[in-house]
Amino acid sequence: MSDTLVAFDDVLASYDPALGLEVHVELNTNSKMFCGCPTEFGAEPNSQVCPTCLGLPGAMPVVNRVAVESAIRIGLALNCEIAEWCRFARKNYFYPDMPKNFQTSQYDEPIAFDGWMDVDVDGETFRVEIERAHMEEDTGKSLHVGGATGRIHGASHSLVDYNRAGIPLIEIVTRPITGMGAKAPDVAKAYVAQLRDLIVALGVSDARMDQGSIRADVNLSLSPKGSGVLGTRTETKNVNSLRSVERAVRYEMSRHAAVLGAGETILQETRHWHEDTGVTTSGREKSDAEDYRYFPEPDLVPVAPSREWVEELRGTLPENPTQKRARLQAEWGFSDFEMRDTVAAGALLIVEETINAGATPQVARKWWLGEMARRANEAGVEVGALGVTPAHVVRVQALVDEGTLNDKLARQVFDGLLAGEGTPDEIVAARGLAIVSDDGALSAAVDNAIAANPDVADKIRDGKVAAAGALIGEVMKEMRGQADAGRVRELILEKLT
Amino acid sequence: MSAPGAERAARLLRASAAELADALAAGETTSVEITQAHLDRIAAVDGPVHAFLHVDAEGALAQAKASDERRAAGTLLSALDGVPIAVKDVLATEGMPTTCGSKILEGWVPPYDATVVRRLKEAGLPILGKTNMDEFAMGSSTEHSAYGPTHNPWDLDRIPGGSGGGSAAAVAAFEAPLALGTDTGGSIRQPGAVTGTVGMKPTYGGISRYGLVAMANSLDQVGPVTRTVLDAALLHEAIGGHDPRDSTSIDQPLPPLVEAARQGLTGDLTGLKVGVVTELSGDGYQPGVLARFQEGVDLLVKAGAEVVEVSCPHFVHALATYYLIMPCEASSNLAKFDAMRYGLRVWPSEDASAEEVMRATRDAGFGDEVKRRIILGTYALSSGYYDAYYGQAQKVRTLISRDFEAAFEKVDVLVSPTAPTTAFKLGEKLDDPIAMYLNDLATIPANLAGVPGISVPSGLADEDGLPAGFQILAPALADDRCYRVGAALEAALLEQWGGPLVPKEI
Amino acid sequence: MPEITRDEVAHLANLARIDLDDAELDHLAPQLSVILESVASLSGVAAGDIPPTSHALPLTNVFREDVVTPGLTPEQALSGAPEVEEQRFSVPRILGDEQ
Repeated sequence: MSDTLVAFDDVLASYDPALGLEVHVELNTNSKMFCGCPTEFGAEPNSQVCPTCLGLPGAMPVVNRVAVESAIRIGLALNCEIAEWCRFARKNYFYPDMPKNFQTSQYDEPIAFDGWMDVDVDGETFRVEIERAHMEEDTGKSLHVGGATGRIHGASHSLVDYNRAGIPLIEIVTRPITGMGAKAPDVAKAYVAQLRDLIVALGVSDARMDQGSIRADVNLSLSPKGSGVLGTRTETKNVNSLRSVERAVRYEMSRHAAVLGAGETILQETRHWHEDTGVTTSGREKSDAEDYRYFPEPDLVPVAPSREWVEELRGTLPENPTQKRARLQAEWGFSDFEMRDTVAAGALLIVEETINAGATPQVARKWWLGEMARRANEAGVEVGALGVTPAHVVRVQALVDEGTLNDKLARQVFDGLLAGEGTPDEIVAARGLAIVSDDGALSAAVDNAIAANPDVADKIRDGKVAAAGALIGEVMKEMRGQADAGRVRELILEKLT
Repeated sequence: MSAPGAERAARLLRASAAELADALAAGETTSVEITQAHLDRIAAVDGPVHAFLHVDAEGALAQAKASDERRAAGTLLSALDGVPIAVKDVLATEGMPTTCGSKILEGWVPPYDATVVRRLKEAGLPILGKTNMDEFAMGSSTEHSAYGPTHNPWDLDRIPGGSGGGSAAAVAAFEAPLALGTDTGGSIRQPGAVTGTVGMKPTYGGISRYGLVAMANSLDQVGPVTRTVLDAALLHEAIGGHDPRDSTSIDQPLPPLVEAARQGLTGDLTGLKVGVVTELSGDGYQPGVLARFQEGVDLLVKAGAEVVEVSCPHFVHALATYYLIMPCEASSNLAKFDAMRYGLRVWPSEDASAEEVMRATRDAGFGDEVKRRIILGTYALSSGYYDAYYGQAQKVRTLISRDFEAAFEKVDVLVSPTAPTTAFKLGEKLDDPIAMYLNDLATIPANLAGVPGISVPSGLADEDGLPAGFQILAPALADDRCYRVGAALEAALLEQWGGPLVPKEI
Repeated sequence: MPEITRDEVAHLANLARIDLDDAELDHLAPQLSVILESVASLSGVAAGDIPPTSHALPLTNVFREDVVTPGLTPEQALSGAPEVEEQRFSVPRILGDEQ
């Protein structure tokens, strides 16, 4: 197979991309989908299991009411129809991290179906149609031992922890999205970001992509430009950050074009995204042999949500995201550009929380989109996953406002926060970052600077006040940045004029 | 043991559970004495009968001792406190091996109790051990047990029925006064018929399935295996009722079963309408079985019941329907036995992969009948066949349920022979699956429709002197009718026989 | 209804993860064909408008409340495991994909 990729612009010259996104959302219920085991992340292995989620012979499932409510609320927020009657089914296949060797899922009777979400990309709106949202259960987790670290290939054996097995998942599946052209990677990313924000607003999941509580599978195909015929698709799994969603789409578009350009055909297969190298590799080929033998789960009875229940749940929905965005933009006085920038950075929610915590809109925007977005990008994580909270930002800004910090020192405080060194105040104290306001020390530093630069001092004495900048720089250097530049300037001018 | 002691023990063994409960209440015996007598009996006869896969003498005696202490303290847990019981090996028992008659689960000790087992413990019944069965309850003869067949106490060369042949044989051979069975297509009632014992399959959802290792979840039910109808009602009340761990469990109280049985024992069935199912007799039924059945019907008439013939035209499709639904569900249920988390693990080579280990283990660990049904179910669920097989079978199931509904508009209960023949010889049908499946002809409709059914001994067939069974079917939730009619028939037959029919000493 | 071939049985055994040997395949294929023949009588029995019955009793909406209940200790959970390492179930190497 061809290893050379086709440049992105060249892909678009010959092909139209079509996208399909499958997003798994791990719900934040107290207990699992079908049993009373806890769902906390990071517990010691096999400590959150029972006969049911361990698939022991004889054990039986019972549906978690809140998981059903969360599924219905997600469906409603995505403008879906809610089934009047639906069932769980067994999806039969063998895998060591699946305790029963079938996954209890929904097949042809999803709880929510036929919805949509409008996605904004650079001021253009794309309507993404939602085919279905259905309930299912998560699998256990395998550690691969021997061979290359943590990789399945070459491992001598694997160690399975079933704590995650049975945690409720909602899988949200789009219909094929077309007509995006060059914006396909951005649409994919914006869809997942908006969906994530919606899930957070609903309060049904921790929605942490880095912890796997939201996982995206990206289906992509190319069709010859203008043909309208969907090509063979690949399904890329393991896409676990917003940035990766965009990169994976971009990569697969280029790879598909290369394969097609070489006269070869695209295999319908599962591919794996590698965050570190930015490429996808071939996984298992989807073949007819993969026959899941679905049938209705006989140990569960149908779910038939009454219309009263559905309407009651509709009443608990948060504000529609599009309307909310318009409202916030007006309240905050952001320009269209500023608002788009905030949304595109995946920072809307955290900016809102920061403003709610007491920051002005421009201050919140400045820190999150200037400083934090850059650092998140460098680290390849989302701004929300940096370890800096809205309260931290509010406190840092307060320290700036009261003159304890300047912007440069504030950035060092953020360095400390990212390194997990404690609260802003603790970091200021530990790193000794506060601005020196002791005039004695400053005065000495100014005297030193004047003595070291007699020619500059003469210029100032001659009235060329602008030359003070050079001396201020010297003083700040000596004070290691911890001085108020305004006060330094005052002292210089006092001494020389 | 001295002669008077032996006589005393024999009396305890022959007594019904209700009589044992009375004797305990009257202070004439202790739970330890009763339990020890049964353990001694097991030691004496279970070699040739092989009803048990595991005997827990120590545990049973400890429970019996605790029961006696409760009795002394006046803190009894139930009417059956202190009466020992045997449990089919398909029910999970904490700390006691549970093999389902399969090599693949050899040595597995569950870390939890099935709800019915927990209820036995909460009612104070000492558990004697686990009884033999066809592997994963797949069979009608208990010959498909990986641990060797159980023998019919009436004739050790013959099968005790299945899949619960162990429970039925244990009760028939006086190794236990009570046992638990499970019934997916007749596995409580057909062994009851061929061993001359009472077996009840309750309404689907009437007794918790939590902890019952499923064969076909939509058909399986736990139920009592006893020597008298009243004992079955007592045991049913002890283990039945709603269980929040089983989503298919019915959330309403059981009808008064013991009361119904006691009412039936008075022998008066005036006003009761009984329907004889046309499709469940005639061709394929042994003449002696039919003769005993007809006598039973006559006795019901004598007791005041009105008897009519009722046609259930779709019952002829019940067997085919069952042999599609059951393997589909079973093939999926048995997927969990894969050598990863519990049970057997077979390495085909030193560096075998997980998948290779799964394949080798499932080949070595499952018997022929289990493999047959797994493959059949896998086939019938495959894409392209689902509608033709599983889908079609579920529709025919609706028609069978409608036949029952129509019949129960006309009559209060339906009756038929329980099994078409008496016990056949071990090995006779082992290589002919279809002939084996025909044993369940009359019992399967009740499982498909979820209605209750009881098998009561109807006497011995003339041609072979072996027991036959009389089946009484009632509408869903009306399990009390099975007990009322069953007890009335039992009372009339006992009067005719001058006492219970028992096998000759083993 | 179609007869079930030896190759088909081999394919099904593969789906069901059972390592059937040649003798077993030879034995099973005709038996399964006979069984399928005898269940073939069902086709056409129920008209298209007959609803399927998946449960004998028409229950719906059976839920548990979202509360944590005691489960097994890790020792109990692992008590039946063929092999244990680092408090996890040790399983042979897995071929194919990460899930």
